Amino acid sequence: MNSFNSNRLIDWALKLYVLLSFGFIFAPIAASFVFSFNVDRFPSLPLGGFSMIWYEAVWADPLIWEGLRNTLIAGVVVSALATAIGFGAAYTDFRYKFFGKSVYMALALLPPTIPVVILGLAMLAFLSNISLSGAIYSVIIAHVVMCAPFAMAICRLRLSQMDPSLEAAAWNLGASEWMAMRHVIIPFCKPAIFAALFITMAVSFDEFAVAWFVSGLNETLPVKVLGFLQGQVSPRINVIGTFVFIASMTLVVLAQILLMRRSGTPATTSAAAPADIGVVTP
Amino acid sequence: MRKSITFYGLTFSLPMLVWQALFFLAPLLFLIALSFWSVRNFRMEPDFNPDNWTRMLGRAVFWQAYLRTFLLSASAAVITSILAFPCAYAIAFKLSETARRWAIFLMVIPFFTSYLVRVYSWQIFLSDNGIFNALFAQVGIGPFGMLNSSFGVMIGYLTLSFPLVVLLQLFSLVFVDKTLIEAAHNLHCGRLRTVFEVIVPSAKVGLVIAALFCFILTFGDFVSPLYLGGGDPPTLSILITDTTKSGQQWPRAAVIALTMIATLLAVAFAAVSFAYRERGR
Repeated sequence: MNSFNSNRLIDWALKLYVLLSFGFIFAPIAASFVFSFNVDRFPSLPLGGFSMIWYEAVWADPLIWEGLRNTLIAGVVVSALATAIGFGAAYTDFRYKFFGKSVYMALALLPPTIPVVILGLAMLAFLSNISLSGAIYSVIIAHVVMCAPFAMAICRLRLSQMDPSLEAAAWNLGASEWMAMRHVIIPFCKPAIFAALFITMAVSFDEFAVAWFVSGLNETLPVKVLGFLQGQVSPRINVIGTFVFIASMTLVVLAQILLMRRSGTPATTSAAAPADIGVVTP
Repeated sequence: MRKSITFYGLTFSLPMLVWQALFFLAPLLFLIALSFWSVRNFRMEPDFNPDNWTRMLGRAVFWQAYLRTFLLSASAAVITSILAFPCAYAIAFKLSETARRWAIFLMVIPFFTSYLVRVYSWQIFLSDNGIFNALFAQVGIGPFGMLNSSFGVMIGYLTLSFPLVVLLQLFSLVFVDKTLIEAAHNLHCGRLRTVFEVIVPSAKVGLVIAALFCFILTFGDFVSPLYLGGGDPPTLSILITDTTKSGQQWPRAAVIALTMIATLLAVAFAAVSFAYRERGR
């Protein structure tokens, strides 16, 4: 674009800076992975010997299995509910104009902008007041609130790539609204729906703050990690961290590939999910 | 587009409305009521008692925490914006189309991967016997106490917000009118001057929104100040977790939470009106 006025030195410095930025972002993830195989209890350089003892310790810990079970239950239910709700809201925004729509959209997109401690406190107080706190379904209720906006943003972006007259064409050819939804809209949105399932599962999988407030004794895996952090140093966190990183990275990468493949504008589509929320803040 | 309310339309629009009204809006509104409740014999009772407000807002500890939190988040917003800008700039203008896609692809990943474990991992780098001090010892300097300091908190805040700020900045930079930049070059405008007088003003809205998001994220974060900053003196979010988890003083925690929401609304309003203000006024 501005090649006639580019300085190679500056260009290389800037590219190096991008690499350094990625180094900063991925250093903790890499460190967690490396130190999970380190035999020493207190992490330092030079590394101690290679060992699987922390993996064995985690494997043998029933509390961790219990946390993992809670996390998986919550993750699966949350992703299904949040995606269904989010898709509905995206379709509503795509198709209908109605009085109070901006309020509707604000309600649909605002939750990620509220700090998690405040959300956690509000949820805990509210849910325990109606006797719904301290169980896995409390975590599910709270996580759906937090995840539905992501699902909605992803589905909405996909819908915005669809020609609205496609649906109208289906009606003109005699399809009912339900049939048009079943045979036109949902097939078109399929990659986005799966991406939303994966992303919301990743969000639920990693969420620790609100879950910590509302889960009571039914702690999810990230809440267990929070408990470990408050206790003594333990390389077991690195083991769980490695597992958590691999799980959520896989989900996010799958989601991104789905969104990239069939849409006209690759990568930006999925990346716009957090950005899209920024657009509607007051 | 038909406008009448149908069963079909409600099937898709109602779930979001009902769920968020019931489990998002109602809890937040309940927080307001809760802040006026009173606590007797370790039990909360519905009440209309302004005592929590006067007592919390009358405490020096509260205002110290407030000031500290505000300053930390404001610094984070400035520092993250400054550090993220060259990165976003380079991705937007210096990378090929394919490389840019990859960069965005990689930037999205950390947003959805456990922040908690990444903060723990930073402890490995920053602690007194950690990786950084081991490296410093190789060149004969240090050790530096990086953990339990504002520096540690800032590293955590960067971990939390850097990728998002880069992405938000990037999306505003991509939409900068390229012909404006070429015009500046043709008029012999220097490189830095082009950045500050052409690119930054055209991307201003996005840059301010990015800084605002950094402020919002860090203002409510309790993990970095606690596990990288040592938690003492506390920030508002630490006060909330402590007050909530240490018994039935939820009404007071609600007061802190509502003060935070009011602050965030004020900051968001100020930032947005600054972002959309006409230039040169």
